[in-house]
Amino acid sequence: MISQEILDTYEMTIGIECHVQLATKTKLFSAADNDARDAEPNSKVAPIDFGLPGMLPVLNREAVNLAIKAGKALNADIARVSRFDRKHYFYPDLPKGYQTSQMYHPIILEGFIDAPLEDGSSVRVRVHHAHMEEDAGKLTHFSGYSLVDLNRAGTPLIEIVSEPDIHSAAAARAYATELYRLMTYAGVTHGDLYHGNMRFDVNISVAKKGATELGKRAEVKNLNSFRSVERAAEFEFKRQVELIENGGQVVQETRGWNDDKQVTTSQRSKEDAQDYRYMPDADIPPIVLTDEEIEQIQAQVPKLPPQYREEFSALGVDSSVIGKIMSRQEYAEIASEVLARGGAPAGKRVANWIASNLSPEETEGDVKMPSIQDLLTLAEMAEKNEINSNAAVELFNALVDGATNPRKIAEDKNLLQVSDEGAVAAIVDEVLADPASQKAVEDIKAGNDKAVGFLVGQIMKKSQGKANPAMAQKLIRERL
Amino acid sequence: MVMISDFLGTSAVENVKKALSAARENESFNALISLSETRALERAQKVDAGEITGRLAGVPFIAKDNFLTLGDTTTVASDFLKNFEAPIQATAIEKLETEGAICIGKANLDAFAHGGSTENSAFGPTKNAHDETRVAGGSSGGSAVVVALGIVPFALGTDTGGSIRQPASFNGVVGVKPTYGTVSRFGVVAMASSTDTIGVLSSTVDDAELVMDIMSGRDSRDMTTLPDFFAPKQESQTKRVAVIKEFMSDAVNPEVRKATEVYVEALKAQGVEVGEVSLPMLAYALPTYYIVVPAEISSNLARYDGVRYGARSPEASSLDEVYGLSREAGFMAENKRRIIIGSYVLSSGYFDAYYLKAQKARTLLINEFNKAFESYDFLIGPVAPDPAFKIGENSDDPVKMYMADIMTVPASLAGLPAVSIPAGATSEGLPVGVQIIGQRQSDAELLAFAKRSV
Repeated sequence: MISQEILDTYEMTIGIECHVQLATKTKLFSAADNDARDAEPNSKVAPIDFGLPGMLPVLNREAVNLAIKAGKALNADIARVSRFDRKHYFYPDLPKGYQTSQMYHPIILEGFIDAPLEDGSSVRVRVHHAHMEEDAGKLTHFSGYSLVDLNRAGTPLIEIVSEPDIHSAAAARAYATELYRLMTYAGVTHGDLYHGNMRFDVNISVAKKGATELGKRAEVKNLNSFRSVERAAEFEFKRQVELIENGGQVVQETRGWNDDKQVTTSQRSKEDAQDYRYMPDADIPPIVLTDEEIEQIQAQVPKLPPQYREEFSALGVDSSVIGKIMSRQEYAEIASEVLARGGAPAGKRVANWIASNLSPEETEGDVKMPSIQDLLTLAEMAEKNEINSNAAVELFNALVDGATNPRKIAEDKNLLQVSDEGAVAAIVDEVLADPASQKAVEDIKAGNDKAVGFLVGQIMKKSQGKANPAMAQKLIRERL
Repeated sequence: MVMISDFLGTSAVENVKKALSAARENESFNALISLSETRALERAQKVDAGEITGRLAGVPFIAKDNFLTLGDTTTVASDFLKNFEAPIQATAIEKLETEGAICIGKANLDAFAHGGSTENSAFGPTKNAHDETRVAGGSSGGSAVVVALGIVPFALGTDTGGSIRQPASFNGVVGVKPTYGTVSRFGVVAMASSTDTIGVLSSTVDDAELVMDIMSGRDSRDMTTLPDFFAPKQESQTKRVAVIKEFMSDAVNPEVRKATEVYVEALKAQGVEVGEVSLPMLAYALPTYYIVVPAEISSNLARYDGVRYGARSPEASSLDEVYGLSREAGFMAENKRRIIIGSYVLSSGYFDAYYLKAQKARTLLINEFNKAFESYDFLIGPVAPDPAFKIGENSDDPVKMYMADIMTVPASLAGLPAVSIPAGATSEGLPVGVQIIGQRQSDAELLAFAKRSV
């Protein structure tokens, strides 16, 4: 094992290529269904996806529109003219003998994203470009033979290629996470990580801190979770430093991630690298876009994470709370809507309830959210001290579980605080008269204000938590 | 030869039977790969019953065997697809069927349309309609011969570098290569995507015009098709044409040149102004073509890997062997030659020097054509340097074979419409054609002009 002191003398440099499966109804060049989850193998295959002779690609305009939206989320300009090229190699999952991609003129040009880190700061990662391409099929290997499933062949992807601006495993994770948020919020992808809707290839090299040249890089391919991106980067950092420290050399190669063992393993070296013989695809005319078309499509992009963050941090909401709200677009939408309609206190309250009571789900799946009106009502009840904070959380969770009308639930469950001054005063007087309270009463009179809390506690106990604590405190002070 | 009008207003079943028996009588020419008698007769009965009507109701035709058709195999004259039956038809075939035409069989070609003689066929060479010791030309050799022999009034072909025009010239029939994008390529086995065109061979220009009118137009299944611009014209408006100087050099057979000269004199007699134009970039057209086209071929033929359809080598015992042995057995020598050239010019380190440079030369050639069309409506010259050569004569010399394409590839690279029309014969009785090349989308005027001047 290499000591931390030695590790600290090295820096890692990471660039990430991310494949995003576009949320289109049909494939990139055919009318076959793009959603092949749980489908029979080879049941979502059009003749072109099968590589039948004489078949021609017909570009799916919906995929182009999603790429244009992705460009907005990446703060990138959209090419007014982009083209498709063919990338050639032989493999049974590639029916035409080439993958249709964009090598020379990609649709999405330079951009950047700011990925928030846990400490509240963020790291800016530049995007070199992003291009459209089709996915390949899937092979399943058995002993002595393999089976080909072409359901995924022709599925539209965009590949987002970052600059090597990432220098820690945590930042790699943050970048991957933020890409996921941007792409799902923008509606570019369903973001189903389990089904490989987003896959990350992490290019990592190490060099002594302050070195002017980057080291040789290894590429860890096909990571499909944020955690594995982080772990793979950590593992590679240590592996490469150890190799160098022991007098070895890092070789440029493709590595795979073994999630069970939490290690990367060599798959193929640069010497085996293929010559893809890229050439323009004459079957597909260039995509030509006008400023107006781009504006019109990008205007449909909903509010994105950076805008939500700005809204909530302006309210003074803690960055960890914001991080949790961002974990699902539904959370961010709800909190933002409450803020817009109910004002800052309500927005802040709901943001905090969401952050501390809902789990940050990072995979796809429907979550039922309460209605804005019910949340506004609940926030107002809390604001006016009609319920205490425990009751508010209880009601919030009831709403999340599908209940409606928080005021009625509060009444039914007897959660409303007693704010009738006469009723509270009666309890206050009762507690003050109780011999068990006399020590506290004397302490207060002697100037020990802490004892007020004890008395309020007694009053709350006696009222079964329903007395308005602020009012009880006020009445105690008046009487003593 | 026969014309479309010979088959209109008669019994479709009789038409089909007549064509089928003519095909069988002429088996020695080896112009056909297969006949689809059952389906043809079924459709003919429907025409006779009035269930199918249209401008070509009951007219039999033959398609080059690189069009996907139902009721028959689509072999592309290759061992690889010898038993391949398409599940879907080409758009061009569908459009003709919609007008009542009946496809009775598939014509021989150079395998995957690679060649200019129809000798590179897994089914053996097709023989010239006028001299069985000579080649039919190619790659649409079978299509030219079935028209020349009067089996059908028209046949479909594809023209990537001259594959309609040259066999039309060799067999004395009309051959039409339209503007790139005029007819859908959907359902036609791709050779070179940027120059492949679908056209027709027929005995008269009028028949070719009708078939083009039916086949042309935008197809949602082929993104490169143009909106339908083809509208047949009653009369030609053409006033000025020019002979291409480079096409009349000493390298061209004197009898072939003579045919063009005679044609030009006839034009002048009709009051057409005939000038001369020089296009220096033509010197680079052939090398440009034989870089761009093999590059596209190497890509388009990558799908024939033995994994999903076609002939998988029974000796293969590994994935590499499935690819290597299946492709070794399935392709002809000329296919392999072009795949190797294409892979080479696309490979890393050579792409810029060959492929990109060739594309630049192509642009310069297009510019020269555009400039010539500022002064002239059409450009005229021979179709091929020589009339039909002997079978086997050029087989060992691929470069000599490629030279036969020297006057047809320029229009292909520029995407221009061009026709080959019969223009007499040599002293030996071998047909010779004249080529007329037009500006993009001038197809209708081109045919109107060709009609007037025949």
